[in-house]
Amino acid sequence: MARSVWKGPFVEGSLIKKAEKSRGNIRSEVIKTWSRRSTILPQFVGLTFGVYNGKKFIPVSVTEEMVGHKLGEFSPTRTFTGHAGDKKVSKD
Amino acid sequence: MARIAGVNIPTAKRVVIGLQYIHGIGAAKAKEICGKVGIDESRRVNTLSDDEVIRIRETIDRDYTVEGDLRREVAMNIKRLMDLACYRGLRHRRGLPVHGQRTHTNARTRKGPAKPIAGKKKVTK
Repeated sequence: MARSVWKGPFVEGSLIKKAEKSRGNIRSEVIKTWSRRSTILPQFVGLTFGVYNGKKFIPVSVTEEMVGHKLGEFSPTRTFTGHAGDKKVSKD
Repeated sequence: MARIAGVNIPTAKRVVIGLQYIHGIGAAKAKEICGKVGIDESRRVNTLSDDEVIRIRETIDRDYTVEGDLRREVAMNIKRLMDLACYRGLRHRRGLPVHGQRTHTNARTRKGPAKPIAGKKKVTK
């Protein structure tokens, strides 16, 4: 079920603060975050987040199209490298 | 006889049923359209006057996305997800279920017919 509109999008409070801070700097560094559940807001466009996937921080540079998705959607948590003897599995 | 929304030529069936031959129109929308145009549900397609056919056509053109346009819209939505490289896009690319279903077994609709695994022996009594 979709989230109620009156609540607004869910974003970790600390993440908003971090994002605002890094907007001040010119061409800032990767914002590391564990908050995969946070929605990408329009004001995040242009920033780069390091989204934790349980092992590494995957760099996600936010584009306009990504608004409304969650950060975690862009940082896969599983690596499937194919079965033994399976030739045609490609990694993307 | 009646040609509505491009290629669709429903037959001697009831109008509500005939309209469902159009991609993008199911039971609910067919009923809705009949209501808007004012056609009784028991009427059959071959009893429609030309004027009524035109009215149905106009209603569909105006209020619904149908056939090619609908297919294009769906394809575009999927393409958007794939280009975005988000999780759902990856699942589409791989041809795996998108909504979190299990893939250990089943998922045959997305994965297609089961491929035999080399070296896997059948259990015999």
